[in-house]
Amino acid sequence: MTKVTFIDASGASRTVEAQIGSTVMETALRNSIPGIEAECGGACACATCHVYVAPEWTDVVGKPAQMEEDMLDFAADVRPNSRLSCQIKVTEALDGLIVTTPARQG
Amino acid sequence: MNAMSEVIKTDAIIIGAGPVGLFAVFELGLLDIKAHLIDILPKIGGQCAELYPEKPIYDIPGYPVITGQALVDALRKQIHPFQPTFHLGEMVEKLEVLGAPERPLFRVATDAGVILEAKVVVIAAGGGSFQPKRPPTPGVEAYEGKSVFYSVRRIDHFRGRRVMIAGGGDSALDWVLNLHPVASRITLVHRRDEFRAAPHSVNAMRALAAEKKMDLVIAQLAGLKGADGQLSAVTLRGADSATFDVECDDLLAFYGLTMKLGPIADWGLNLHENLIPTDTEKFETNVPGIFAVGDIITYPGKLKLILSGFHEAALAAQKAHRYVYPDKKLLFQYTTSSTSLQRKLGVS
Repeated sequence: MTKVTFIDASGASRTVEAQIGSTVMETALRNSIPGIEAECGGACACATCHVYVAPEWTDVVGKPAQMEEDMLDFAADVRPNSRLSCQIKVTEALDGLIVTTPARQG
Repeated sequence: MNAMSEVIKTDAIIIGAGPVGLFAVFELGLLDIKAHLIDILPKIGGQCAELYPEKPIYDIPGYPVITGQALVDALRKQIHPFQPTFHLGEMVEKLEVLGAPERPLFRVATDAGVILEAKVVVIAAGGGSFQPKRPPTPGVEAYEGKSVFYSVRRIDHFRGRRVMIAGGGDSALDWVLNLHPVASRITLVHRRDEFRAAPHSVNAMRALAAEKKMDLVIAQLAGLKGADGQLSAVTLRGADSATFDVECDDLLAFYGLTMKLGPIADWGLNLHENLIPTDTEKFETNVPGIFAVGDIITYPGKLKLILSGFHEAALAAQKAHRYVYPDKKLLFQYTTSSTSLQRKLGVS
């Protein structure tokens, strides 16, 4: 089973099982992870599922596409490892992925 | 602003012009109930038009696939025979109960000064009202309306002032160009040296920056400085994480929209976790004559689907008819066979 770890802004960590093919955002909602709002439901239209990808995972996860980069303009405290979790598809390669949720989703 | 005396009288007021609010016009219209719709967005369609106009929706009955905007366009066409009146770009601020529970009457006031009276109200407010996203800077509330703004209502306010504009889309770029001749200095702040705005606006802005007629700063907002609601400087964080202050008198921030329940919380309705509980027979709230449909409501088994909202609107209309036409008996009819319904639809 693929596992994803969410660390919140206070440092609390939760590791949950993720289905291959679902998104990191969906995984968060399914497991009631705090700090992911996903107001638009995964349409890449709101920037409220913003996460920071752990440095050791940024290469595997990859860079945001143009549309996601545009939407990140609406997020707070954007960093080089910022992604919208609705745009990260869970694959076997992402087993063990660690992301941090920001202090606020805008 | 309209004078208090200009009260618009109608049968039904629908709050929210998303797909479910639009379809409520249809169901009410079949029962001869005239409707006015109010929406905070400058266009109809709600989330379908604002969040996912290009996204395909796969669970609208009869449409294997339809985009958000195409659905809104189809609904607009479908309700056209009923000639609804739209009040767009306006937020309902007040909802007062004037009548008695058995013979209700409501007065609704918008932030644009429009006042309406109706026998029934249908709340189809979805996830709430779209409101500008606040910049992620602590204490920003204290400056709002005085020196921090999310839209331009009066250009004159900015005359001779040092204006910082934050954002990278059309709103930000348009106001850079429009306020440039008015303000004493414009600083555009954006987190990256790439802009989503129309290319000709971006080119015009870059030309001004190259001629040093304005400042372009690649950074993010980190803090505000000032007193009594008046900004003196904005603290920015550059790509290297170092912070620095830029002096300014006003900040115009364009960080998109977010959904907030807004004034609905003040209307005396029962709420459960920011949703309005209704029955499942009439979709009426705890206030007789106020109905609620779509994503804003909750009841056992509720699904936040557009198709559920359509069903809810159809049932709410049946009960609304009793309030609007207390002396008329409601006869259930099909659009396929009823000449009276077909006449209303303009197809008979």
